[in-house]
Amino acid sequence: MDDVITKINDTIIEINDAENLNIDFPDSYIEDLAKAYIQKDLTDDELRKLIIKLKNAYDRAHVEAGEAVGTVAAQSVGEPGTQMTMRTFHYAGVTELNVTLGLPRLIEIVDARKEIATPTMDIYFDEERRDDEEFVRTLANKIGKSTINDILSDFNLNYGTMEVEAILDSKKIEEKRLDREEINAIIGKTFKKAVINNDEIVIPSGKTDSKEPKFEIRELRLLADKVRDLQISGIKGIGKVIIRRDDEWIIHTEGSNLKEILDMEGIDHVRTTTNNIHEIGEVLGIEAARQSIINEAQNTLSEQGLSVDVRHIMLVADIMTSEGVVKSIGRHGISGEKSSVLARAAFEETGKHLLRASIRGEVDDLTGIIENIIIGQPIPLGTGSVGVKMDYKNE
Amino acid sequence: MKIDIQDHILVPTHEIMTEDEIADEFSDVEYDFKDLPKIRSEDPVVKAIGAKPGDVLRITRESQTAGVFVTYRIVED
Repeated sequence: MDDVITKINDTIIEINDAENLNIDFPDSYIEDLAKAYIQKDLTDDELRKLIIKLKNAYDRAHVEAGEAVGTVAAQSVGEPGTQMTMRTFHYAGVTELNVTLGLPRLIEIVDARKEIATPTMDIYFDEERRDDEEFVRTLANKIGKSTINDILSDFNLNYGTMEVEAILDSKKIEEKRLDREEINAIIGKTFKKAVINNDEIVIPSGKTDSKEPKFEIRELRLLADKVRDLQISGIKGIGKVIIRRDDEWIIHTEGSNLKEILDMEGIDHVRTTTNNIHEIGEVLGIEAARQSIINEAQNTLSEQGLSVDVRHIMLVADIMTSEGVVKSIGRHGISGEKSSVLARAAFEETGKHLLRASIRGEVDDLTGIIENIIIGQPIPLGTGSVGVKMDYKNE
Repeated sequence: MKIDIQDHILVPTHEIMTEDEIADEFSDVEYDFKDLPKIRSEDPVVKAIGAKPGDVLRITRESQTAGVFVTYRIVED
């Protein structure tokens, strides 16, 4: 394959010299050419013809100067958007896991929401642990949220002595691969008065000396709820976990905490991701966030059976990340920060923008499309983007 | 454990450009290289490679359409 690629590169240079052309294909084209060369068993002459034909097709496919790429991108994403489901559907793809799909998800992505409705993570494992079920299950329980309620075999409120009696289930603890010592330590730390005796835990209600009996019962019940909901394992921000096996073990989570998960031992630091774009921006940087916007938007669209050229989505992602932070499309992001007052006023909140501009004494250079439409001038687009410049020196 | 975020599939290669490379790359363009897309100086990748404000980074992305695509970002103050 490599020799073929070198050969094709050499042929291109040869053609460039001979025909006085300037062929500069992207790498993916060279690869496709190499594949065609091998598959069809082309002769050198045929290859030369193919390259020249490709060059013509490539030139035709180029975006013309002055083309309104942004508007085309907006329409290309917007039209399929009208065909998407309006409702959030549940239980798609992964069993039991609820993921926002369709239009709500697409809106979430372009709005660059900080808090997304259903953050999830896909956690992969490094090569040694990829097939180690025991390790995966232990880790899943360490990551996923468990409360005392999940490991109870019996739970009673003793109204006579005003105590909460909890009996833990050793089997459940073992099944969840939790550490008994750690659980005891957490209980002891949270409930200072707790008496731990093997499986049996007795926690006296705080106000045993109170004179209001009704109040005491309320206290006891509140304490009971607190005991049940005490978190004994899990990483902040992560709820339920689902363990799945396709070609290898994968953990899907409800909730997301990329930073802490990536720091854990045994995790694949290369493929583990989240669907929270802001989190990716913070942990992996703006370029990763850009790639993530593209991936998420494309997956959302293709899941609905819609195909939008990636180039449109790439343009959106480029604009959203060009300032170094993930910015939303719309009033609070890109559209709200246009340099032209008239363009901003024409979009949303007209009064606010005109008033502020007049207070600040803003100047509109009339370089954009909207401003020029408003005042009735030809717009700087397509043929309108060409102007005449006078050469004063030759007067 | 400290992990190298540059290994992650979502993170493309970031390289700091030397002055000569900058002069060479942006000599025949109609824009000022200071108007390039920005990257924050607190960006985790910027910290990892030790770039300073004002540096220009060459970012080599793997592109779905072009195979390999080279782009640039300037580190913001």
